Amino acid sequence: MAKRIDVSDLDIFYGAFKAVEGVNVSIEPRSVTALIGPSGCGKSTFLRSLNRMHEVIPGARVEGKVVIDGQDLYGSDVDPVDVRRQIGMVFQRPNPFPTMSIYDNVVAGVRLNAKKMKKSDLDDLVESSLQGANLWNEVKDRLSRPGSGLSGGQQQRLCIARAIAVQPEVLLMDEPCSALDPISTLAIEDLMTELKDRFTIVIVTHNMQQAARVSEQTGFFNLNGVGQPGRLIEFNPTEKIFSNPDQKATEDYISGRFG
Amino acid sequence: MTATDAPPTRPRPRQQPGDRVFAGSAKGAGILILVILAGVAIFLITEAFPAFTADSADLPGGEGLFSYVAPLVFGTLIAAVLALIVATPLAVGIALFITYYAPRRIAAALGYVVDLLAAIPSVVYGFWGIFALAPAMVPFYGWAEDNLGFLPFFAGPASATGRTMLTAGLVLAVMILPIISAISREVFSQAPALHREAALALGATRWEMIKMAVLPYGKSGVIGGAMLGLGRALGETLAIALVLSVSGGITFNLISSSNPSTIAANIALQFPESTGLAVSTLIASGLVLFVITLLVNMLARYVVNRRADFSGAN
Amino acid sequence: MSTSTPPRPDIAPPPLEEAVRSHKQLPRFGGSGLFAGGVVLGGLLSALTGFSWALLVVYGVVLGTLAVYVGSRAVEGKRKATDRLVTCLVVSAFGIAMVPLVSLAYTVISRGAARFDATFFSNSMVGVVGEGGGAYHAIMGTVIITALAAVISVPIGLLTAIYLVEYGTGRLKKAITFLVDVMTGIPSIVAGLFAYALFALFFGPGVRLGVGGAVALSVLMIPVVVRSSEEVLKLVPNELREAAYALGVPKWRTILKVVVPTAIAGLGTSVTLAVARVIGETAPLLVIVGITAATNFDPFDGRMATLPVYAYYQLTQPGVPPQFGIDRAWTAALVLIILVMALNVVARLISRFFAPKTSR
Repeated sequence: MAKRIDVSDLDIFYGAFKAVEGVNVSIEPRSVTALIGPSGCGKSTFLRSLNRMHEVIPGARVEGKVVIDGQDLYGSDVDPVDVRRQIGMVFQRPNPFPTMSIYDNVVAGVRLNAKKMKKSDLDDLVESSLQGANLWNEVKDRLSRPGSGLSGGQQQRLCIARAIAVQPEVLLMDEPCSALDPISTLAIEDLMTELKDRFTIVIVTHNMQQAARVSEQTGFFNLNGVGQPGRLIEFNPTEKIFSNPDQKATEDYISGRFG
Repeated sequence: MTATDAPPTRPRPRQQPGDRVFAGSAKGAGILILVILAGVAIFLITEAFPAFTADSADLPGGEGLFSYVAPLVFGTLIAAVLALIVATPLAVGIALFITYYAPRRIAAALGYVVDLLAAIPSVVYGFWGIFALAPAMVPFYGWAEDNLGFLPFFAGPASATGRTMLTAGLVLAVMILPIISAISREVFSQAPALHREAALALGATRWEMIKMAVLPYGKSGVIGGAMLGLGRALGETLAIALVLSVSGGITFNLISSSNPSTIAANIALQFPESTGLAVSTLIASGLVLFVITLLVNMLARYVVNRRADFSGAN
Repeated sequence: MSTSTPPRPDIAPPPLEEAVRSHKQLPRFGGSGLFAGGVVLGGLLSALTGFSWALLVVYGVVLGTLAVYVGSRAVEGKRKATDRLVTCLVVSAFGIAMVPLVSLAYTVISRGAARFDATFFSNSMVGVVGEGGGAYHAIMGTVIITALAAVISVPIGLLTAIYLVEYGTGRLKKAITFLVDVMTGIPSIVAGLFAYALFALFFGPGVRLGVGGAVALSVLMIPVVVRSSEEVLKLVPNELREAAYALGVPKWRTILKVVVPTAIAGLGTSVTLAVARVIGETAPLLVIVGITAATNFDPFDGRMATLPVYAYYQLTQPGVPPQFGIDRAWTAALVLIILVMALNVVARLISRFFAPKTSR
């Protein structure tokens, strides 16, 4: 299921503005890769370019290559919709569909794509996805209640269940815990450790302890000044980044001597 | 290690067939609106065309298109401007009352009541104008003729039925009041709380707070709302057709029984009984009305949108 | 516990009474009291000069406001007095604006009640001279024509709103937004003339058709639907669209299955309000639909009666003796208002009951 992502010479633009420049990285399968860096340095932009969510914003475009399993995501014959089916995404703020029940939220990816499935298969999918997201025991008695009635942490796990229900290869998480309290955050972090056996996970986070706790690899993004494009400064195993980074800028940032 | 020797290619996203159909029909609906508006202009011009080319003696009135339309334009403008002069201060008062004076609990209900005024059909306003407002105004007209007769507006002779230009203007004022006050209310309530609290924290009274923090912010919104109200007043038909007693040409006398009609009211009154060239003439006058309201509305939108650009609300 | 510092006599604060007196204020109901005094004075004045309600109100408000200003100025100073003056003006403005509303409601209900009976709702005007007769044909005509107008405008309006919010870019979007604004300002009579001009091309001059009325109403209704639906669609959070895209859902299905269901309450409200807006339109129907005494259910076949036009003609051409026609006109106006109010209430209910269930 999990696949390797190779990014080469990736530049990302918003109209004429170059937001991210020259990213070269390969992301290992079955592992958690964390992206850290100051606000506005392009880490979320980079993450969104990995499943072509970036181009939802008018004027946004990408140059360079993102290759998953030998296939270039930005090839001329690739449908962004297919890309997103393979590469799921969890957002900063939990966003369950307010018109749908918990059950419907989980199968939304399947239903909205008009795939025909038997009721029993759907039921199995809901159970396995919710179990995968460690939410099954909390909601199994109220699957028909609106998803927006859950707590913030539960909503976020519901969104994770929704993302893994379409059985993607890769799971992108854009600051998934920044809107949550510490206990919910812990639940999500535990979940990530379980999920990495099945998926390639890339997470953007502002919380360096979180990066250190959950990830195997860490990338540090930075930008030289306002109006400059963001760059990937260093990409190394997490242990190395947090103990003995190659770059001075990384060390400054991690030790809080930044800026 | 640069692979950018080749010119940057922007892959054209391959679209799903469903997407193409849906996007196409949505776009088509949008384009249809352009077509409808062009249609309005083209069909009106086509049908009005005979009136432009015909011999002036054949037109209603017998003196040519311009002298037929001119008093109507004058009547339209004077009724609408009267309405605007009466309605704007009242509307601002209502808007301020609802946003900053009324107790919070009933403010929403009051706003709803004012909005309902906007929904009442114009023919009902016309009925009310004839049967309630006009008779109520008669004593005032008599008094105005006696005491204010030196002003051209109140020269008299005062109408005995009260169906005067001033009454028509007042009915229009009541009709456009909700529009102006709704827009004013919106901009007033959007005045930044930070500025309002800053003013209050300096020890300002409520009025000083409004003067410092609310009115400057809402000014262009009020102007835009007034222009939209003007647009509506210009095009208002039946209230005028019912209320105004029509005969005579251009006059500034607001309280007599001989008044110029307005374009819209004139069409409503004449159209059912007209044929041939008379219809063309009426449509030509409708074209004039279309152009006038178009200009007023465009100006209004310009003023309102300019505010939106600078409000920082977006 | 016992660390209270002893008051230092040299900089003791001024006694409380004095501090309060330095900000003199009218007593709690002083403002209203002064106003009431002014109103009473105004009442006396109007009684002296020949009593009338209008004069009472005018004198009362003017004198009351004056009393408040002068009284407050003497006691509280200029700033406070100005504040009170403006309060008086704002409240009076609101009060004055309520006069026509109350008067209108009273007039329509009291005059309209006379013929608010079963005959009115079950009979047409065929063969009616003088007493009796009803507006059954006109009510049906209004329902048919308005429904037809809704059938034309709602799809066009909704699709245009979707285009503007979800797809539109660049110049075409700007042009459409601008023209929708322009369309909002088209006078209703011009819309009627447009429909007449359009149908006269096909059916010759003097054409009168129910469907023409529907077209005219659509011209007025489409911009209203577009505008309000656009606002509603904009309220749907972008996060939901992104969530759907991230699941690999194509855009059109995202719109149909996520955006529109989330906004459905608002869309229902906006369509209902648009219907309420055009159901009372008289002028365009006067021009293109005309009036008839008989019941006609076929909008493609000649004249139809509609409620507003019916009311208009019953009032302006009541027949002999005029009282019966005028009574029918008022009842028609009353029914029209009830229809509009009912639609407004329905719109409120839609937005209350069909809103997405967010318990947070």
